[in-house]
Amino acid sequence: MYGREIFAEAAKEAFEKCPNLDPAKDIEALFVGHMGESYEHQGHTGPTLTDWAGLLPKPAMRLESACASSGVALRAGIFAILSGMHDIVMVGGVEKMTHRTTPEVTEFLAMASDFPFEQWHGITFPGLYALMATAHMHKYGTTEEQMALVAVKNHHNGALNPKAHMQKEITLEKAMTSRVIAWPLKLYDCSLITDGASCLILTRPDLAKKFTDTPVHIIGSGQASDAIGLYERDELTTLKVGRLAGQEAYKMAGVKPKDLDIAEVHDCFTIAEIIAYEDLGFCKPGKGGSLMEEGATALDGEIPVNTSGGLKSKGHPVGATGTAQAYEIYLQLTGQAERRQVSGAEIGLSHNVGGSGATATVHVFRRG
Amino acid sequence: MAAKCGKCGNMLLPPRPICTKCLSTDFKWVELKGRGKLLSYTVIHVSPVQFQSLAPYTVGIMELEDGPHLPGMIRGVKPEKIRVGMDLKVDFDTSIPAQWPMWPRYFFRPP
Repeated sequence: MYGREIFAEAAKEAFEKCPNLDPAKDIEALFVGHMGESYEHQGHTGPTLTDWAGLLPKPAMRLESACASSGVALRAGIFAILSGMHDIVMVGGVEKMTHRTTPEVTEFLAMASDFPFEQWHGITFPGLYALMATAHMHKYGTTEEQMALVAVKNHHNGALNPKAHMQKEITLEKAMTSRVIAWPLKLYDCSLITDGASCLILTRPDLAKKFTDTPVHIIGSGQASDAIGLYERDELTTLKVGRLAGQEAYKMAGVKPKDLDIAEVHDCFTIAEIIAYEDLGFCKPGKGGSLMEEGATALDGEIPVNTSGGLKSKGHPVGATGTAQAYEIYLQLTGQAERRQVSGAEIGLSHNVGGSGATATVHVFRRG
Repeated sequence: MAAKCGKCGNMLLPPRPICTKCLSTDFKWVELKGRGKLLSYTVIHVSPVQFQSLAPYTVGIMELEDGPHLPGMIRGVKPEKIRVGMDLKVDFDTSIPAQWPMWPRYFFRPP
């Protein structure tokens, strides 16, 4: 199956959820996240996906920001609506990865890290996040077990998601004894190499009523940039872009971390979820491991995180991840999350990171 | 070698045309001492295609005494002996490997 076919599947579901929408007529533009030409030897993704979604000759823009490609596409869609240029747009993302070998995917993903210094020394993405994990363990006493608990939690949630890539529970022992990828990160600390696509249809609140009785409002959006090289950043135990994007989105939305009912955060590696808790203000710096251990982010906790299973269990088709997170928030806020539904969820957040933290986008959503 | 900003003193490694702190374009070359401390490290077992013959290998980020941070491979010390904060120095391997990557490069080792 090609990426374009998977994207068409996602578009089909988006259209079905808006029965009053005439996609070919009503959707005015497509903004799509796609990371790499290498996987399918295919560039020029924008018009290709417009074609396969049946939207020709509508304009398309492909946005690339590594694993935050569709988080950035979502922002581009928001800009298009808020500027008044378009009334209705589709945003989404796609990546087709599983037909490649793991060393090939490792190499392709590494292209989103610094070439002259990081790739040049054989530093992989698991390696970059392992460098953050070692620093976090050294500075705050975070443990390998706390990181493994993130994997156990997210696999539990993913087992309840019929669209998750790996729908199976894992034990703490299995996670702790899995093979080392980049110490201290083991196989179960790493997200999956996945094929996937995701789509959202955006419009103005006054028009949304025409198409659905259950709209979800995007009430906050933030994004920030940092140096591409992890080594160039001031600190290894936090992602400045996550903090800045979060602050911007919270401010725009007028909400605080304690107001959130659910969050989808960028758990490309288990340490990344722990750092995200801290960067997004769910706990103080250094307390992310304890927050996980206390169960606060479990499905029945104070703030359930990654109810979809996250990148860890739902999967990480890199270009599709940002809007896939938003899709999970949409399902939760509209009561469609079935066995993993968080009852009464009204406000949710999505946090999408590109590379080792050169890009982050954060969005805040509210039930309509 | 690094570039030292003539306006704010910021040390840039790699050198750049524009200072990251004050946007000045006035720089002079400074030779680095090549000594520093280890900020963090990892042992890479699953490597990109071109590095498979070297795996597992250890990489880290050094904080140089002169200020800048630098990533690189750590050689000459067993992974279990490596500690955050340990002293390291930058050395150069002037041999050119027979396989990719076929160029000389720096690495870190205990002083």
